[in-house]
Amino acid sequence: MTENGIGAAVRRKEDHRFITGQGQYTDDINRPNQLYAHIIRSPLPHARIRGIELKAALDMPGVVAVLTGKDMVDDGIGGLPCGWGVNNKDGSPMTEPGHPPLAADTVRYVGDQVAVVLADKRSIARDAAELVDIDYEELPAAASLSAASAEAAPAVWEEAPDNVCFDWEIGDAAATDEAFASAAHVSSIDIVNSRLIPNAIEPRVAIGEYDSGRDEYTLYTTSQNPHVIRMLMGAFVLSIPEHKLRIIAPDVGGGFGSKICHYAEEAIVTWASKRVNRPVKWTADRSESFMSDAHGRDHISHAELALSKDGDFLGLRVRTKANLGAYLSTFGPAVPTYLYATLLAGTYKTPAIYCEVKGMFTHSVPVDSYRGAGRPEACYLLERLVDRAARETGIDPLEIRRRNFIPRDGFPYQTPVLLEYDSGDYHACLDKCLELADYKGFEKRRAESAERGKLRGVGLSTYIEACGIAPSNVAGALGARAGLYESGTIRVNPTGSVTVLTGSHSHGQGHETTFAQLVTEALGVDFDNVDVVHGDTGKIPFGMGTYGSRSLAVGGMALMAALEKIKTKSRKIAAHLLEASEDDVEFVDGQLRVAGTDRTVSFGDVALAAYVPHNYPLDVLEPGLDETAFYDPKNWTFPAGCHICEVEIDPDTGVVEIDRFTAADDFGRIINPMIVEGQVHGGLTQGIGQALYEQCVYDDSGQLLTGSYMDYCMPKADNLPNFEVTTNTTLCTHNVLGVKGCGEAGTIGSTPAVINAVVDALSELGVNDVPIPATPERVWDAIRTAAHNRAVSA
Amino acid sequence: MSITVSFTLNGEPVSAEVDNHTLLVEMIRDQLGRTGTHIGCDTSQCGACVIHVDGRSVKSCTMLAVQAEGADVGTIEGVALNGKLHPMQEAFREYHGLQCGFCTPGMIMSALDLVQQNPDPSEQEIRQWLVGNLCRCTGYQNIVRAVRAGAQAMRS
Amino acid sequence: MYEFQYHRPASIDEAKKILADNDEAIILAGGMTMLPTMKLRLARPSDLVDLSAIDSLRGIRKDGKTIEIGAMTPHADVAGSSVVQSEIPALADLAGMIGDAQVRNRGTIGGSLSNSDPAADYPAAVLGLNAVIKTDTREIAADDFFKDLFETALGPNEIIQAVRFPKPKRAAYAKFPNPASRYAVVGVMIAETTDGIRAAVTGAGPCAFRATEIEAALAKDFSATALDGLTFDAGDLNDDLHASPEYRAHLVIVMAKRAVAAASV
Repeated sequence: MTENGIGAAVRRKEDHRFITGQGQYTDDINRPNQLYAHIIRSPLPHARIRGIELKAALDMPGVVAVLTGKDMVDDGIGGLPCGWGVNNKDGSPMTEPGHPPLAADTVRYVGDQVAVVLADKRSIARDAAELVDIDYEELPAAASLSAASAEAAPAVWEEAPDNVCFDWEIGDAAATDEAFASAAHVSSIDIVNSRLIPNAIEPRVAIGEYDSGRDEYTLYTTSQNPHVIRMLMGAFVLSIPEHKLRIIAPDVGGGFGSKICHYAEEAIVTWASKRVNRPVKWTADRSESFMSDAHGRDHISHAELALSKDGDFLGLRVRTKANLGAYLSTFGPAVPTYLYATLLAGTYKTPAIYCEVKGMFTHSVPVDSYRGAGRPEACYLLERLVDRAARETGIDPLEIRRRNFIPRDGFPYQTPVLLEYDSGDYHACLDKCLELADYKGFEKRRAESAERGKLRGVGLSTYIEACGIAPSNVAGALGARAGLYESGTIRVNPTGSVTVLTGSHSHGQGHETTFAQLVTEALGVDFDNVDVVHGDTGKIPFGMGTYGSRSLAVGGMALMAALEKIKTKSRKIAAHLLEASEDDVEFVDGQLRVAGTDRTVSFGDVALAAYVPHNYPLDVLEPGLDETAFYDPKNWTFPAGCHICEVEIDPDTGVVEIDRFTAADDFGRIINPMIVEGQVHGGLTQGIGQALYEQCVYDDSGQLLTGSYMDYCMPKADNLPNFEVTTNTTLCTHNVLGVKGCGEAGTIGSTPAVINAVVDALSELGVNDVPIPATPERVWDAIRTAAHNRAVSA
Repeated sequence: MSITVSFTLNGEPVSAEVDNHTLLVEMIRDQLGRTGTHIGCDTSQCGACVIHVDGRSVKSCTMLAVQAEGADVGTIEGVALNGKLHPMQEAFREYHGLQCGFCTPGMIMSALDLVQQNPDPSEQEIRQWLVGNLCRCTGYQNIVRAVRAGAQAMRS
Repeated sequence: MYEFQYHRPASIDEAKKILADNDEAIILAGGMTMLPTMKLRLARPSDLVDLSAIDSLRGIRKDGKTIEIGAMTPHADVAGSSVVQSEIPALADLAGMIGDAQVRNRGTIGGSLSNSDPAADYPAAVLGLNAVIKTDTREIAADDFFKDLFETALGPNEIIQAVRFPKPKRAAYAKFPNPASRYAVVGVMIAETTDGIRAAVTGAGPCAFRATEIEAALAKDFSATALDGLTFDAGDLNDDLHASPEYRAHLVIVMAKRAVAAASV
């Protein structure tokens, strides 16, 4: 390991600008002569637009234009595309309604875009928006899964009268039925996976700029994947060819999946900038973010686990309804299907699994990826069910898991739900986690809590994650409408410094540091002489962006492939300079050396020779040292791990406090342990957020009740413990570094660990389930109800 | 109606034409071009906009620019002196107290106010102090470590 | 925000004149509620009368057995005041629990009381400690001050100048915060004063109120166990996302017990 190479906890390159206030986020960008856009949003969950009166707004000084859905239709603007198609059980395609960036005739959720006001000042645009008179004919609405599934529920779309977008299945139904027929015991559970709002602290921003001289567009946007936006917006919405459209996603203040989607506002400002021939800037208020950023989760499931008399899992049957919102967001249909049900094997060798998922339209904000995207939903369901099975069969929750783990020597392991796990050691992760958590000391701590009148519980979960959806052709066969590879360029500059261009995008993950470590390790170039560039389609050859914990496992591997090309070419150049055979030249500490001799040339001199090719094999080799690679993974990667949570509950108030939280994760090889630990901390916090604090709530009429931080409870510094985290590594078998990914793991495993602990604490009172989030009132109510039931049965 | 507001920003006199309803954070970002102070919410909860006014931390999204007339205003841009990072800034980097960086200026400004009142805050005191600063990336653990370390460095 | 005229008068008289001359004028104290409300366009004053330049409205004075707090004194000053900490520690504790550090640096006691948010903390202190609200024209007893949701005894353009707290024999405040906003879901101030036991509840109803059944029980026996078995009527209590009336009623008793226990130390 070099000082700043693979495995070193290198302090981050990007931090200097952030801690000095010099980061450049999209809202920090202002373009000359720009206008400010205010989006007028529907205040109603479902309504027909009978008319829009613009005159009063247009008459206001400083207002330049007010544009509506009709203007978009007149300009031939297309709908926002969905990037993943899912088929019904009978093979027919899902119902895929249009998604106009500005609604022309009907609005379908509170927050749906109706018109945009463009003005010289932000305050004028907002004032004028109040003068736009929209005549709505209010229609009945159904914002929740239960409302949309009810008999004679209002239909979101005429083409889906029962609100079902798709009715999808995976696994072998007959084999699963057989497993249940032979079961000694069946445990079942009803699970509501609550709806969440991602809440990156940076609200979304989009600035469109049209250059009429060159007929070129630039969009500055808060995106996790600028090339994807260029493709979706350029090809499908605005019909702008790629070479005329540049997307810049500069410093981005967190994404968590919510900034993957192609949003209406991006198309609106880009389109409008040409209409008015001035740059157009839109910045979301937080209130707008709540009603326009894609939401996450929102499932209702019933699950059953068939067990043998010894506690072996024989079969798993799951029926899920998933809320898709009013429109199909970019990857909306993929999340509750291929990113969810494929993970239902978890870490277990359950031989038969069958899952059916109904994707439902509702009059609510579109639902898409939120950290974990489908995998937390699978893990929560499975780990709650396994814990319940353990309680019902009287088998220790540790023992029932150990008994059913895929064994160390069981890899590669083909699950009954599509995936083939390449590596892992679930026993080792569990054992390591137990030790770090001082699991043995729990009963003593429980007794101490009891003396103080508190209820202590311990919960564990094991999880599996699937990262780096791959390979592209397989993903395509499953409905993906894009490739899932990544590009990377290693540009060695003439003096030997290196510019790395990556199609991944960092919005907190620390790519500028981690990727520089890969280069330092491979080429021996000083860490300070490596810079990473991302987030600009004008600079980066191509990219699929950052989501699904894919940056290192896919983007990093593209860079490794490009580095290999650089090394190969460097050896050829060095062989020429050293008058040796290429095969004899090796890389050692930033030098190229003829093996077994002291004849060396520095990498810097090789770079210089490549760009000033006076002494250079021009007859067989191009000048320059600049290599690009595209990497398409051979398989997904499968991080896994174990989380253990200990809670203390105040029975008087129902307040749950997390006293201890321990995680043991297998992320494959780790490049920067400091950054990885930070990712785990953040992931755990979001999973704990879902377990105890966060919840998006619509009222029966379809209005969003949790529309600000006054009501949507974000985890705060005083809600959380210090996490104990460790790793237990098995290498990924199909990439050169053996890396797996770490971005979402914390979110996936932590929610069930917390709730299993809460249920454990309350089990002696007769409580066997608590919904998420386990708010104080819900816990208090569970205690009260259990006491009432005991009294009735006594 | 526009009005001229003048104050001291990071030790330098500044002034700008603003509306009565212009927020202090808007004046700092839009008129004065100091974009290190961020806006993350509209209900005064996230703390991305925390700055110092007359030596105390405040949320600059919940103060009118006109209210800062004549005040001594400090933002993240004024924390490092002569190119040398402040110990609190150093600590945030050293302890990986930031990821996306968006909440970081507000966190640092809030932490500096804590330490000026309480030079040796406990972990619990730091956690309670920071409830007005939301971070979605870090889970706060490394922020708390950074503030403790920053406070210690400031004492020595 | 909508457009408005901004004024920063140097005296109460000047402030009164501006208020009298403009029907839609309102007072700006710390602005911690008013400015977010205006940002969300839920208020549209013609004029804002900022009291921050009136020095006489700021400060903490001890006068015999009472503490007088100027209306424009920020919560942080009350929480950090050595006088308040030694004379009425429950009041300093309560001030230190309001909102977050930045809210405490700007928010004021006068603003909080004038607004009378049902979930604000200060009303429990004023009512529980039997304070007197001094305005520019009169003195109002705490028992007469809180009328209803966002409604107080203040007349049009009446300006709170200070709040006078008599020193209780003992007192404590217990708060169950809303996990999201950190306002009080339920907050209870229990005090033994020279005039008897007072139990003031905030967060639970449309405005702060006294819980007479708790006061009666504690008058017989000032101990947490005296409240065992006491139930509180959920009938008129607030119902929102964060707590049902039944849960609030339960919390009133739990918080009252905790306050009693803390006051008894």
